[in-house]
Amino acid sequence: MDATITTAKAGALQPIDQAKPTGAVADPIFVGALWASGIFVLILLGLIIAQLFEGGLPALRHFGIDFLWTATWNPVTENYGALVMIYGTVLSAVIAVIFALPLSFGIAFFLTEIAPEALRRPIGVAVQLLAAVPSIIYGMWGFFVVVPLIAAYVQPPLIDWLGPIPVLGVLFSGPPLGSGMLTAGLILAVMIIPFITAMFVETLESVPPMLKESAYGVGATTYEVYKNVSIPYGKTAMVGAVMLGLGRALGETMAVTFVIGNATRLSASLFAPGATIASTIANEFPEAAIGSLKLTSLLQLGFILFVISFIVLALSRALVRSRLD
Amino acid sequence: MASLAARRAKDTTIKVISTGFAVFAIFLLAWILWTLVARGLPALSLTVFTNVTMPPGMNGGLLNAIVGSLIQIALALIIGGPIGMFCGTFLAENGKGTKIGSAARFVNDILLSAPSILVGLFIYQFLVIPFGGFSGWAGSLALAILVIPVIVRTTEDMLNLVPVGLREAAFALGAPKWKVVMMITWRAARAGIVTGILLAVARAAGETAPLLFTSLGNNSWSVDLSKPMASLPIAIYQYAGSPFDDWVALAWAGALLITVGVLLLNIVSRLVLARTK
Repeated sequence: MDATITTAKAGALQPIDQAKPTGAVADPIFVGALWASGIFVLILLGLIIAQLFEGGLPALRHFGIDFLWTATWNPVTENYGALVMIYGTVLSAVIAVIFALPLSFGIAFFLTEIAPEALRRPIGVAVQLLAAVPSIIYGMWGFFVVVPLIAAYVQPPLIDWLGPIPVLGVLFSGPPLGSGMLTAGLILAVMIIPFITAMFVETLESVPPMLKESAYGVGATTYEVYKNVSIPYGKTAMVGAVMLGLGRALGETMAVTFVIGNATRLSASLFAPGATIASTIANEFPEAAIGSLKLTSLLQLGFILFVISFIVLALSRALVRSRLD
Repeated sequence: MASLAARRAKDTTIKVISTGFAVFAIFLLAWILWTLVARGLPALSLTVFTNVTMPPGMNGGLLNAIVGSLIQIALALIIGGPIGMFCGTFLAENGKGTKIGSAARFVNDILLSAPSILVGLFIYQFLVIPFGGFSGWAGSLALAILVIPVIVRTTEDMLNLVPVGLREAAFALGAPKWKVVMMITWRAARAGIVTGILLAVARAAGETAPLLFTSLGNNSWSVDLSKPMASLPIAIYQYAGSPFDDWVALAWAGALLITVGVLLLNIVSRLVLARTK
């Protein structure tokens, strides 16, 4: 024991002016690698944008900016436009948010105020596991289980009750196929609930107890505190959370591909089959030859999807982080 | 203001509805799992693990798809893991307050939620077309791009939890930067970083869309990374949409395998994290 200490000392104890700085060589390399990987992520995003844009450039040259609002997608005449897919992408994501929002508010209320302490974690984890289920599983579950149920029990009564109403009825017209815009929105809602709920809970837990206790002190009920104190306090971050859910729903591919029906026609009915940008790319890609107009049109669609998601996600992040920074 | 009774009644109503919503969410999870077990378990036999994919009616399995998935996930982790850890460390240690640091954090957040199908399209355009074909390499790289942001985010978050005093103590002893990071902060945040890696694996395991245009899928046995490579999600996608009953059954078996694997990874990573807190 004694010997090891002295030998160790003999190696370490040098006159201080002769000792070499220990990180002289390794430190610049290590720190350089850290900076390099930070910059790599920046370059990566730049490359993705550049490649998608470049890939879609021939389509942009061929169709011009009209590509954005042309409603035809016709492989026979080689006439392609993005309007149907942009409409489908935005509509299905908005339907998802409309259904997910009240559920997320409710679940977050339950997890932060109602549930007994011992149950909060397990139930919170169970809700989070919904986000872990792979997208393709949602697709299969949607296609084999949810679509038949909707076709049999949800669409026929809705068509009977709401179909005859003028103007509004258009949304609920058409044959009860089960698949379509509404079904896609419902499946997407289930997929984004965990994301929105988790961020809601995180925000609600950061509300200073003093604020809530003051409200309780003047006789407010639990719900009144939630509605009038907690939600206004976290409003900005909660809007950001909803935007994140929207951003997720916009780019979801496999689940939507299974249930939306993949029809590249514009239709006002929520029951009619439609298409999103992501589902169109997944569906039509196998039939697109390298160098064909179809392939570059698909890449152009990809670029449009990227721009839409980027705007929504950047907005979401700005709102969520605004309170933290 | 409404009467006390009315306010109490409203409070109770909302509480009941909220509880109902939470129960509904758990019901949905249970429903999905039940569907997978009910349809996947009968199709799950030994041949699923011993046979490769075959034409309908020939008692095929998913061996090549399972092996292909494992290879591509492992490669994605080997490529993306170090980059993700270094970038996360950069954000927590060097990049604080710098313009490049904030930019990298912003870009990482975007990559984390960006549509995964676009990563597939990017690799297709960037590698598959110039290098003449779909390959296991392309699939692995696409998955690596999905793995990186998950690891960056968790690594940064976990390193931020390590007390500054710990680093200062090490620096005061004369330890160089690389030693402080690798032997003190990484070690202190080990459980958290492992959690991030497990979550990244879970994400990569379930992704289908980015593999459609990169490794494509392969119906025969192949471990050659320069050729198209099978993967479990792609096999499921291909089989679930087919008109053959035995293929659809096999798709359910694969779906059950993937979901159980991904959910277990998620639960284990949460346990790892909970134990250290």
